[in-house]
Amino acid sequence: MLIKIRLFATLREGRSKELSLEMKEGATTQSVIDKLGIAEQDVAILLINGRDGRLETKLNDSDVISIFPPVGGG
Amino acid sequence: MMRYERNKTTISSEEQDILKRAKVCVIGCGGLGGYVIEMLGRIGIGAITAIDGDVFDETNLNRQLLSEMSLIGHSKALAAKERMLSVNPEISVNAIHTFFLPENAEALLMGHDVIVDALDQIPARFLLQETAERLNIPFVHGAIAGWYAQISTVFPGEKTLEKIYRKDVVKGKENTLGNPSFTPAYASSVQVSEVIKLLLGRGELLRNKIMFANLLDHEIEIAEL
Repeated sequence: MLIKIRLFATLREGRSKELSLEMKEGATTQSVIDKLGIAEQDVAILLINGRDGRLETKLNDSDVISIFPPVGGG
Repeated sequence: MMRYERNKTTISSEEQDILKRAKVCVIGCGGLGGYVIEMLGRIGIGAITAIDGDVFDETNLNRQLLSEMSLIGHSKALAAKERMLSVNPEISVNAIHTFFLPENAEALLMGHDVIVDALDQIPARFLLQETAERLNIPFVHGAIAGWYAQISTVFPGEKTLEKIYRKDVVKGKENTLGNPSFTPAYASSVQVSEVIKLLLGRGELLRNKIMFANLLDHEIEIAEL
């Protein structure tokens, strides 16, 4: 299945803004971030098809994942 | 009175009175908080509580509106009060030079209509969310890192921070990116507009939503949470 990933802010560095990955059936968001080499601690806001998602969520074909790093300064 | 003449007609005379009676608590008087207090005070919020246990140092000068060479070592909260005395003496600023901690959280927040999250540590932001929920007070979250800013308005029970932060992370990307002058100014402007809309019951709020701004590439994402 094909998963589209949108990366924000620093997560684009060394990667790209948007990309698509071919994943096995039953793959989770966790397996996508592992494949992209993104540390779990760098995943702050995680959206699946525009709504709040989880690392353990099982993905479906054509799902769109958006990942934002933590922004915490004041 | 001419002071609020240019608020009109964006803000009506009746609405100006609502703002005059409003009590807003700003936690953190650094990058975000300095601008937030400046804008709340100028627009005419009647009572502002400015909380920060920190003092200015040289690294604050690149972005913190209230910081000045002559105020290095001076309380940030007190600087907010002094600044507003010279800008708008018609409002009251209660400066509290203390850090926001579990033992004082409830006493500090109690009695306000809205709270502004201008903190710089993620665990303290969670403490704010829990305490505000207990006291039934909404708050406006803002955070920055480098070219990036995020803003959300959180009502009691919504627990939005749990969807935008991991609990095992203390600092975000600001640790490596730093914070330039324009990012806190941008984020605080959106925060203040949320506070005003919340108090006046107008417009659209960022409730159960997050605005994520990327000033480097001019991208504004508003995601539903």
